[in-house]
Amino acid sequence: MTSYTAYTTGEPVADTKAPAGPVHERWDKRRFEAGLVNPANRRGKTVIVVGTGLAGGSAGATLAEQGYRVVQFCYQDSPRRAHSIAAQGGINAAKNYRNDGDSVHRLFYDTVKGGDFRSRESNVHRLAQISVEIIDQCVAQGVPFAREYGGLLDTRSFGGVQVSRTFYARGQTGQQLLLGAYQALSRQIAAGNVEMHPRTEMLDLIVVDGRARGIVARDLITGRIDTYFADAVVLASGGYGNVFYLSTNAMNSNATAIWRAHRRGAYFANPCFTQIHPTCIPRTGDHQSKLTLMSESLRNDGRIWVPKAKGDTRPADRIPEDERDYYLERIYPSFGNLVPRDIASRAAKNVCDEGRGVGPGGQGVYLDFADAIKRMGREAVEAKYGNLFDMYQRITDEDPYRVPMRIYPAVHYTMGGLWVDYDLQTTIPGLFAIGEANFSDHGANRLGASALMQGLADGYFVLPATVNDYLARNPHQDEVTGEHPVVQEVLAETEDRLNLLLAVDGDRTPDSFHRELGELMWEFCGMARTDSGLRKALERIPQIREEFWRRIKVPGTGEEFNQSLEKANRVVDYLELAELMCLDALHRSESCGGHFREESQTPDGEAARRDDAFSYAAAWEFTDTGEAPVLHREDLVFEYVHPTQRSYA
Amino acid sequence: MKLNLRVWRQKNADADGAMSTYEVDGISPDMSFLEMLDTLNEELILKGEDPVAFDHDCREGICGACSLVINGDAHGPERTTTCQLHMRSFEDGDTIDVEPWRASAFPVVKDLVVDRSAFDRIIQAGGYITAPTGSAPEAHATPVPKPDADLAFEHAECIGCGACVAACPNGAAMLFTSAKVNHLNVLPQGAPERETRVLDMVAQMDEEGFGGCTLAGECATACPKGIPLTSITGMNREWLRATRRAGKR
Amino acid sequence: MARTVWDSTVGKKTVMAVSGIVMLLYLVAHMIGNLKIFFGAGEFNHYAHWLRTVGEPFMHEEWTLWIVRVVLVVAVIAHAVSAYQLSRRDLRARPDKYVHKKARTSYATRTMRWGGVILALFIVWHLLDLTTGTVHSGGFETGKPYQNVVDTFSTWYGNVIYIVAMLAVGLHIRHGFWSAAQTLGVGSRTRDRALKTIAHALALLLTAGFLAVPVGVMTGVVS
Repeated sequence: MTSYTAYTTGEPVADTKAPAGPVHERWDKRRFEAGLVNPANRRGKTVIVVGTGLAGGSAGATLAEQGYRVVQFCYQDSPRRAHSIAAQGGINAAKNYRNDGDSVHRLFYDTVKGGDFRSRESNVHRLAQISVEIIDQCVAQGVPFAREYGGLLDTRSFGGVQVSRTFYARGQTGQQLLLGAYQALSRQIAAGNVEMHPRTEMLDLIVVDGRARGIVARDLITGRIDTYFADAVVLASGGYGNVFYLSTNAMNSNATAIWRAHRRGAYFANPCFTQIHPTCIPRTGDHQSKLTLMSESLRNDGRIWVPKAKGDTRPADRIPEDERDYYLERIYPSFGNLVPRDIASRAAKNVCDEGRGVGPGGQGVYLDFADAIKRMGREAVEAKYGNLFDMYQRITDEDPYRVPMRIYPAVHYTMGGLWVDYDLQTTIPGLFAIGEANFSDHGANRLGASALMQGLADGYFVLPATVNDYLARNPHQDEVTGEHPVVQEVLAETEDRLNLLLAVDGDRTPDSFHRELGELMWEFCGMARTDSGLRKALERIPQIREEFWRRIKVPGTGEEFNQSLEKANRVVDYLELAELMCLDALHRSESCGGHFREESQTPDGEAARRDDAFSYAAAWEFTDTGEAPVLHREDLVFEYVHPTQRSYA
Repeated sequence: MKLNLRVWRQKNADADGAMSTYEVDGISPDMSFLEMLDTLNEELILKGEDPVAFDHDCREGICGACSLVINGDAHGPERTTTCQLHMRSFEDGDTIDVEPWRASAFPVVKDLVVDRSAFDRIIQAGGYITAPTGSAPEAHATPVPKPDADLAFEHAECIGCGACVAACPNGAAMLFTSAKVNHLNVLPQGAPERETRVLDMVAQMDEEGFGGCTLAGECATACPKGIPLTSITGMNREWLRATRRAGKR
Repeated sequence: MARTVWDSTVGKKTVMAVSGIVMLLYLVAHMIGNLKIFFGAGEFNHYAHWLRTVGEPFMHEEWTLWIVRVVLVVAVIAHAVSAYQLSRRDLRARPDKYVHKKARTSYATRTMRWGGVILALFIVWHLLDLTTGTVHSGGFETGKPYQNVVDTFSTWYGNVIYIVAMLAVGLHIRHGFWSAAQTLGVGSRTRDRALKTIAHALALLLTAGFLAVPVGVMTGVVS
């Protein structure tokens, strides 16, 4: 058992793909300079795409339309079920249909600022430019966006921005956009251009002569482990929020694809940047398997409070007005309940840590609509929030029209991910990462309605252009077959890992380890992080890992449908990724965006960013399990949006 | 709560299956149905037994993965998905029967897991609009009347869970197919492929071995997203129209 | 096109809907004709005779009747074959039943299937009884339909068979008419109530109209 809190520093890493020149010309310039593959030669080129969410689905469909042979994978039984489907709010685009002063530059500005100045300007600007085309593309596919009576698209303002740039399809925008991509992908599957492998999970990456040339994947029904070869590999496998066990991610969302790629040489950037969403439904007990998010628009009219006294167990309606603490309104008089996500989340944690939380286990705060109902009338509240109230009632069995809602923050999105350059290529040539799987566009904090935008921008527009360039510049690659020694080795390692999991035959379930790790991470690498807490976690994680390999119990065999084995194998990777997240959080002793270090606060208790020391993306290079990784810094340059410190007091 | 579960166990697609009885104790009414099954599975693993396999993913009612017939009802007694069904819908001491979706087009993979890839193939047959990336006109070039957009959305809400097939006495996939046909055919963007879409999707639906519609209405009752039975009428209309037109060509 | 229709489940349902409507129209005419029995043997027999001479002098005797018979036979066969093939398909599509049985499921489907079988058997008996007279209870006399009808409904089994069949007709039409409207795509959310009301009214009217005859015989109004 080894543990680490130190790391070595390697050469800086830099994006060499974004052209110089004015930021708004870079994408056009890059596309013009990019190499092209003769359409006749594309059939002979294979691209593997892992994942079928917004990023993977759109990428697979588009690459196939261009004539490449696409081999695509998802662990779900159908590509239509990827977790992008659960996104509620909407998708941003700088269409300026409202004539309210929006523009590509403003979306670019908002995103860089919202990311607390930890993202790359070139990438973010391109995202803002492409946002416009995404809406056109989705409408052409038949995505039923909300419309006004004149038949034109409706938009709303979202996440506290001043302009109405968010397009939506009721509370199911992610579902509708995903189905659009899924349908485009289905068309290509039917045309024979995409070979789709559902219920097949990537377990490792094959790197030959320094280039990504394929993957090892397991058929989840038969248990068969196979190798698949390609000229380029695209990871669109989503984020790693499930390290925390409880999150708003889908139960089976996992980090295996990106973590295995990291182990094979892809740098992992900013792993500690996780977003915690303040308005989720609290857990009800130890049985809790996942958390459900409610739109943060609820904070527009609801008032957040807890009892003033510790351990006050009276029902909400028995607590008189003067014994309630509307803490956000008290601490942040000008913004009140509308402070940004991270601040609202942290404040909730603080009052609960003081013992003033409400509901089972004291892990919750009230979100009270009594005043709103008095002011607007029940009908108006119902019209605005009816579906959210229904959802809340279904899950908690409490009527939010009569008793205040209980909310608590939950892990929602991970801004960190595989380090990629402007072309979305990782540090392994031929390996690309798109969507939430990469670290690129959101810096230290993601704005609402930007995840859908990024996933589709990457998949429909960016990646197809840059993969083209990569394949044009590497026209002849040696054929790789199953006999290649590297392939044999990777395959053997994978089989050994699964066999070992089955062989231990201990006395603890995969879930019990996952839960233990999740609780540790939530405690020490969650909403507020400290030097000592992170050190504790870094000491504890290797111990859990050691115990895992001693006591894990996986029933059944590897040659069958075995959900326990799938789970256990994912936990193996969480146990390593968690350690890197803690180290990254420890080394970044500033507070920024979703990363709050208690040591780095302003006198009034706000996050203090330290641009002098930390204006960089931290790209980590893997060495070995339990061994200190190597830090490569990518210095961030801000030519257009100049860093300022946030203030909400 | 203490419950008596009778669960369909089947080792794999080729094996015979049967109902097995399990007792679970200490169930909280706040648990979701799937969390109750999680509890059972944790116990089974520690006993060295094979845990019950079931499909699930988002656990917030939108991905369409979960698929259990509970006491004879697809997704159980409430009109929602299994993952959003809570144990407070049951009484302490209840006996609960849990079975997989039953239809020959949805063969059992293991225990409660079935193969729903037939749905994917129906979509592949025509459940899309041909709009290659980069070819799209400006989004506001074609206004869509709000009632049409709302109607399209109502049908587009389908999560592809297959409850309609599971509930149908004939194992028919009419509601699933019609939801997609209506979603796309009502929109101006879907008009150019309006006829081929419905003909091809219905042909694929038949090809997959789903039954025919007798308008029993069980599908619409079971649908967690409330796709109405009139969706099927709409598809029939589209199909007849397309057949007449194809005949004229 | 014919091939597309026949090969498709939706197409076969269309065949059933169209043939069903043809039969329904026939039943309405049949029922109205039956009511003539309440105006005495003379009028009823005259009406029956007229059925053979409809269309004269353009048509020869019984030509029109035979055309109607052919159309009906085609409709019955199309309806029955489609129903049979679709039912076979439906049973194949759901080979394994749920262990947990529920009473309400497939109520409509079952009444349609069993109702259809009952009606098919009834039609055979009905033709052998009152058209050919093969299984007639009394002395069957061609050209004396009034007396033949009275004979049939003077036996207990004649009444039982007929009443059961007419109840089946009612149930069949109640779901069948509405179902045909859906199959032909004329249903919609706004029309649904109207269609269901018409279906119920038609079912009730036809059952009542047909049952009036045996009831008339049994109560002695017709003798």
